Amino acid sequence: MNSVLKILTLLVIALFIIVSAVSMRPFGEPDDYSMDFYVIMHTQEETGSNNAVDAVVFDYRGLDTLGEACILFTAATGVFLVFGRTAHVPKERVRDSRMIKSKVVAGK
Amino acid sequence: MKEMSVIVRVTAALMTAPILIFGMYQMMHGHLTPGGGFPGGAIAATAVAMLLVAYGGDRFKTALKKDTLAMLESIGLLGFILLALHFGPKVTLFKNIMANTGGLFGTQIAYGINPGNLNTAGHIPLMELAVGLEVFAALSIIIYLMYTAGGANET
Repeated sequence: MNSVLKILTLLVIALFIIVSAVSMRPFGEPDDYSMDFYVIMHTQEETGSNNAVDAVVFDYRGLDTLGEACILFTAATGVFLVFGRTAHVPKERVRDSRMIKSKVVAGK
Repeated sequence: MKEMSVIVRVTAALMTAPILIFGMYQMMHGHLTPGGGFPGGAIAATAVAMLLVAYGGDRFKTALKKDTLAMLESIGLLGFILLALHFGPKVTLFKNIMANTGGLFGTQIAYGINPGNLNTAGHIPLMELAVGLEVFAALSIIIYLMYTAGGANET
């Protein structure tokens, strides 16, 4: 039963990938042009930026960049929580945990 | 971790300033050339990684504390949010009111292909600087904590 489920899942994923690969649009021909042309034609007068990519990242879709910056902030906070703790452990507790570990190993 | 040999230390110290300057250049020229705040901050963080490997965690700690890096990270993210907020007649988010007004970063540019001027693009360069500061501090703090976590402080 379990292997049948696995094979079924694999077939569904393979079917999805094959169908999406066959029905893919040709490169350089997007579904809708209007947004591209709006950005290309209005970037310089609306944002004053020569770099249209940067204008999209920091102006038109700035909320997306704010989310990215928040992701990085959260990642650094998580690393701080995981790795910053060892610096504050007192030496006695470290020694105790080592002794407990050695006892457990000896007990086995 | 112990510090490395004097050749590595002198080379790292000599290369730190060019790397930091190149990172700042990437941040400030994001609206003219490829690059921007995220790659610029990552480039600047490589200088911190190099100094950390060359000089060791104990000596690095006296020069740059991790609380300073955490403060820089918070300043970067808060500055990004405060630059995006505009309190005018209406409160808006990510509305580029500084562009093309003639003030700070507000020089008018010609439509079409032009040589480019650093003093353009409104709040975009300031946001790049804030994001670059945040990325630099976040990557530095991750490298620093992972480097010093391997029992360097316990014994």
